Amino acid sequence: MADKPSAAELKDYAEQADAWFKENTVRDPGFMLPLTFMEVSTDQQFDFLQDWQRKVYEAGYLGASWPKEYGGGGMHSEFQRVATRAMKKHDAPIMLNAIGNGWAGPLILDLGTEEQKQKFIKPMLSAEDIWCQGFSEPENGSDLGNAQLKAVKDGDDYVLNGSKIWTSLGDRAKYMILLARTDFDAPNKYAGLSFFLNPMKIDGITTSRIKKLTGEYGFVQTFFTDARISADCLFGGEGNGWSMAMKTLEYERGAKVKPVGGFFVKELDVMEIVELAKNSVRNGKPLLDDPVMRDKMTQYMIDIQALNLNNTRRRMPQLMQDRPMGLPLMNKLARTELIRELTEFSLAFQGTKAGYYVGDENAVDDGYWHRSYLNSFSATIGGGTSEIQRNIVAEHALGLPKTR
Amino acid sequence: MDNLGTIGTTEEQIELMDVATNFCRDKSPVDKVRALIDDDLGYDPGIWREIGELGWLAIAIPEAHGGVGLSMAEVVPIAEQMGRNLMSNPFGSTTLAAQALLAGGSEAEQAEWLPKIAEGAAATLALREANGDWDLSNIDATGFESGGTVTLSGKKQLVLWANSAELIIVSIKIDGEVRFALVERSALSDNALRRETVIDETARSYEVTLDGVTVSADALFDESRTRETLEKIELAAGLIHAAEMTGGAQSVIDYTLEYLKTRKQFGKIIGSYQALKHPTVNNYVEYEKARTHLYSAAHSWGEQGRGEVAVRMAAAQSHSSYSTAADRAIQFHGGFGFTHDCDAQLHRRKAILSGALIGDAAYQRSKLANLLFD
Ligand SMILES: Cc1cc2nc3c(=O)[nH]c(=O)nc-3n(C[C@H](O)[C@H](O)[C@H](O)COP(=O)(O)OP(=O)(O)OC[C@H]3O[C@@H](n4cnc5c(N)ncnc54)[C@H](O)[C@@H]3O)c2cc1C
Repeated sequence: MADKPSAAELKDYAEQADAWFKENTVRDPGFMLPLTFMEVSTDQQFDFLQDWQRKVYEAGYLGASWPKEYGGGGMHSEFQRVATRAMKKHDAPIMLNAIGNGWAGPLILDLGTEEQKQKFIKPMLSAEDIWCQGFSEPENGSDLGNAQLKAVKDGDDYVLNGSKIWTSLGDRAKYMILLARTDFDAPNKYAGLSFFLNPMKIDGITTSRIKKLTGEYGFVQTFFTDARISADCLFGGEGNGWSMAMKTLEYERGAKVKPVGGFFVKELDVMEIVELAKNSVRNGKPLLDDPVMRDKMTQYMIDIQALNLNNTRRRMPQLMQDRPMGLPLMNKLARTELIRELTEFSLAFQGTKAGYYVGDENAVDDGYWHRSYLNSFSATIGGGTSEIQRNIVAEHALGLPKTR
Repeated sequence: MDNLGTIGTTEEQIELMDVATNFCRDKSPVDKVRALIDDDLGYDPGIWREIGELGWLAIAIPEAHGGVGLSMAEVVPIAEQMGRNLMSNPFGSTTLAAQALLAGGSEAEQAEWLPKIAEGAAATLALREANGDWDLSNIDATGFESGGTVTLSGKKQLVLWANSAELIIVSIKIDGEVRFALVERSALSDNALRRETVIDETARSYEVTLDGVTVSADALFDESRTRETLEKIELAAGLIHAAEMTGGAQSVIDYTLEYLKTRKQFGKIIGSYQALKHPTVNNYVEYEKARTHLYSAAHSWGEQGRGEVAVRMAAAQSHSSYSTAADRAIQFHGGFGFTHDCDAQLHRRKAILSGALIGDAAYQRSKLANLLFD
């Protein structure tokens, strides 16, 4: 591991990064930019974000702390933190290849073979190879352990049959991390699962786009019909699929591996909501003179501040003694639910204008708030629903029994 | 928004947290808490002496006055652990009286009283009145100054631990302006104190009749410092009660979890039912938010602007989370929850008294809104 940098080194680096993002960040390309990697809908959006990620990577501000021999920068993780901060500061667009860089990459770096690292890491960082995740199925979502997509060994190959759904970037991806069932007679549902690094552009795999509640596209259903993949695609050994899947979820929740950098989901700037409230009118008076609105907005400020400070507190063991897993496990639940509530609340400010939507010239902020509210469900449903998150906190932080 | 605080701890704070965690747990098991409910004094004088010897009353008093020279930030973990273990005694009221003296007392007043408090003398504040208003300036008790003495009149309510306090700092109006007077307990006849029945049975509270009580004009705080004294009292009280309520919320959630993990119905541990499980998680999330705000408020203590925002956030969040967690604790214990024997009621009652004393969550939010949006 690289040495911990000195304050002076970090400062230099921060200045460089700041200058680079100041010069290179495009905030308004003339079309709507996705707020999350799950919202990439048009070719224009995809091309723009793919270019952007490549550019950031080539400038050294993405994967800065990943191993040099596989295409990373080989630097201490503090440098990446600094670079990510510069991206935030300049309101840079999101990083497109979330499943690759956020989930698959760390997994491969942790447990992959030398050959896999050589093959997959660099093109994932440069966004040349887009990755997607094939976990959910039409009949098995929250109950991921019950996944039924069939993978049958046939010589040096596996033959895949079944379907995955809600596959974000599924029509753009070159690879999929895939959870499939290799053993239908296993002693329990988990033991029959295996994990694959699965190529998407092969015979027998087709995708069909699904229109989201916003009217845009973003995810697909993926169909596997006698799709034949090499047994080399198996990752972590047959029957170990569940533990591999759980590991990827750990990365998703931000545990352990050095973060690749950037962000896959644009954080809502809450202060903009306060501004919106301040500029809104009710009964001829400023909206925040209305006692109900005022009280609600204040409660949200308390919530926002708590969650922001929780991120600092998480790194303070002296304030985490009683339930060390509490804050980390509740973070997704608390944050995504708050964003959903807040964006919904932002519509209440708008009076008659709450009726407009993206595309109408009368819409407040071009419909940004409506779109944000509708899209907020991507995070309260995707990646494990809020209800499942509550089960996780209950069972793993509070020690309550499982629901059967 | 630049009036939002950050979070951090001091070494002394963490050391005190460790000591207080053990001390309060060992000295205040719940059967003792319950035994003290029927005790007139309401606390164990031996333990109170130990608290004095530990120097806990001296923490936020400057060294020049015999104190330790730390700040309210270091008082927070102690109040938190006391709240967690329902340990009731004049610690909070005494600490607040010392803070009031520091904000408004003259050199001589500070030199006389702070060393006594640092050594373990109990003290309290008499602020509340019949109008029930949380606004500390909306009072009717008066002082009439003449020839170097001040004659007091009126009634103060919800004076915590007045019976044990050697010093009572009273808010009054002189010529229409709020002032503070130092009244020694020994100057009050026993008839001047009526023990009030307050909802939290572990607390002791008194109504104090001031009529006819006289103090020397030297026992007044300086007029020019009234404003900052009021502010200091309000924030210090907010912080201490936030700490107690945060500790209490943790405790009542743990207590509920114990039951959810052991009680069975329909052949299943009831904690496996999501109707109980999910609200408990929500309550836990709100508690952790309260604790984050608490240590942010401790860290921001004394900072202009930020300090007040942080304290009010902590007070609002701890009051709402303690109240909800204790309310659900009663429900989730079923018939047993309805009994005096179930600890849920101890917490539910305590949260109500705390809110009544400092202003409940909605009141804190209304104050916060002015700081945040105007
Ligand atoms: C925007 C978006 C992007 C996504 N991207 C991907 C992707 O790239 N790859 C992928 O594999 N998946 C993806 N998903 C799928 C996502 O992980 C699933 O939708 C999610 O896990 C829920 O599964 P489900 O849709 O089958 O709902 P169900 O599991 O059928 O849930 C229906 C309802 O029942 C509740 N419920 C279910 N089980 C329980 C329980 N035990 N206790 C209490 N309540 C319960 C749920 O919370 C929900 O409210 C995405 C989803 C969204 C919204």
